Amino acid sequence: MDDCPILRVGAKIMIPTILLFGLYVQFHGEYGPGGGFQAGVIVTSAFILYALIYGLDSTRRVIPPFVPRAAAVLGVLIFAGTGLASLLAGGRFLDYDVFAGSPQKGQHWGIFTVELGVFVAVFGVMLGVFYAFVGRGRPQ
Amino acid sequence: MREHLPVLQVVLPLVAALLAALTRRPGRAWALALTAAWLVLAIAIGLLLQVLGEGVTSYHLGGWEPPYGIEYRVDLLNAFVLLIVSAMAAAVVPFARTSVAREIAPERIPLFYSALLLCLAGLLGIAVTGDLFNVFVFLEISSLSAYSLVALGSDRRALTAAYRYLIMGSVGATFVMIAIGLLYAMTGTLNMMDLAARLPAVAATRTVPVAFAFLTVGVGLKLALFPLHLWLPNAYTYAPSAVSAFIASTATKVAIYMLLRFFFTVFGAAFSFDVMQLDWILTPLALFAIVLASLAALHQEDGKRLLAYSSVAQIGYIVLGISLASVLGVAAGILHVFNHALMKGALFMTMGCVMYAVGSVKVSAMAGLGRLMPLTMAAFVAAGLSLVGVPLTVGFISKWYLVQAALERGAWPLALAVLLGSVIAAAYVWKVVEAAYFRPPPAGSETREAPLGLLVPTWALVAANLYFGIDARWTAGMAVRAAEAVLGVGR
Repeated sequence: MDDCPILRVGAKIMIPTILLFGLYVQFHGEYGPGGGFQAGVIVTSAFILYALIYGLDSTRRVIPPFVPRAAAVLGVLIFAGTGLASLLAGGRFLDYDVFAGSPQKGQHWGIFTVELGVFVAVFGVMLGVFYAFVGRGRPQ
Repeated sequence: MREHLPVLQVVLPLVAALLAALTRRPGRAWALALTAAWLVLAIAIGLLLQVLGEGVTSYHLGGWEPPYGIEYRVDLLNAFVLLIVSAMAAAVVPFARTSVAREIAPERIPLFYSALLLCLAGLLGIAVTGDLFNVFVFLEISSLSAYSLVALGSDRRALTAAYRYLIMGSVGATFVMIAIGLLYAMTGTLNMMDLAARLPAVAATRTVPVAFAFLTVGVGLKLALFPLHLWLPNAYTYAPSAVSAFIASTATKVAIYMLLRFFFTVFGAAFSFDVMQLDWILTPLALFAIVLASLAALHQEDGKRLLAYSSVAQIGYIVLGISLASVLGVAAGILHVFNHALMKGALFMTMGCVMYAVGSVKVSAMAGLGRLMPLTMAAFVAAGLSLVGVPLTVGFISKWYLVQAALERGAWPLALAVLLGSVIAAAYVWKVVEAAYFRPPPAGSETREAPLGLLVPTWALVAANLYFGIDARWTAGMAVRAAEAVLGVGR
């Protein structure tokens, strides 16, 4: 779809907006509807839109194929690492009360890191699935 | 650290699986898997000792009190299951190094170990948790990784086998999910102990029996109970050898643990067996499994397929013990979970050795292997005798308890069926033995004995078969105490 100016310009306007909205959903997750899962899907959809308009090869230059796998693993590691950190800090697994001095702050920071892990993992898995389907039968 | 053992049991293999997925070198991934598997075994032993010493261990995730938060609850039954699963993992990972190097492409090996560790984490999670929804989550983790493990087999038919396993497994998981949803709708709780306390008040409704039925069929699919076993033979046959050895000795065993936990702890033996009359379903199906699957095994020309059908029959023995719903019967079932893991693990490992040396596990390809691969075939004979139930092996101990449990109920036809199953087992084990020892090897065959990396784990399991067959005090004692714990009698 390289030759279609309306789509190209439209995507250029849409993609930053989608990314920004994804970040809003991510960071507003503790106060309103949203959170890591939704934000991960929204941010991935920006890259999928990019791939649909500008082609798979240029998307692969933006995000190399090893990134989705690493992101999927890193996300779960952030989640599990939060649990292990609370364990080392003297609490139970995933007990955020022990972080940051007070239980209120601790719960805030705990859920924040866990949601970050969810965001990274969902982003990695969704993009990985997209790459796997779209890249079938093409050289890596 | 002692109080954190229940959660470390699951988190450790999970984190190791993630790290294995990040490495690119097969050797490093294997070293990670080995470290994780042995640490997990150490944790399982620690947990069992803790439960033996101090009674039931309860761990509250995130510091949330049950029934509001997720509780990991370990009594003797799941401590024993955790030990079985982690011991089999600790035996299979050393075996996998050599076996997998020949059967799987090098760039996929780190992902293979990652999937294996994920499967292990899922199975241990099912066994450790006291929360119904958590069971479902771990069931999905273990099943999804098991499908991909089966699909890694070198034969192209592994893909269709894995696909069929995926469809049947997903139907099973969905049924379990529906049952959990119905139970949650009726009681408003997901904690097993809380459910057990709240269910009797609503047991007379129509919803609870429907949930019970969904759960029975769903778990029946996962444990390959007789008419629901169709996914199993192909999955075991075409999976990589190490995967067959691991899944055959752990996945169905954990499904049996789920069955025990749901029927006896959550619903209670009185509801399951007196109201729902579960024994009228389980006993006939178990008998069909024992006789028909054994007969099917007799007709197989592929060594792994033969063992797969034999697994369906062995699951029949376990379910038969459970369907008696007595302490002795359930103990016989639990004992056979342990013993069958040992024998099938050893037998599938010998098939892995044959696959490594010959490149095929067809019975016809095993001609003369008794002379060419004496150690491998001796291991097969020893583990095969255990499968038949010859004295001084673990198979004899299981069948002894099973026959006793049947006679205790005055159900001598069941005892006869057990013996009939043993006779057929002798016939299908003989099929391989006859090919290996009484047929000449093909002329000019250059088949050599399998390397030590494969033989040592195989013989370790064979030795366990013999050891626990001669001195069954520990295993039988554990099984009886676990049965008492789950039936709520005794101490």
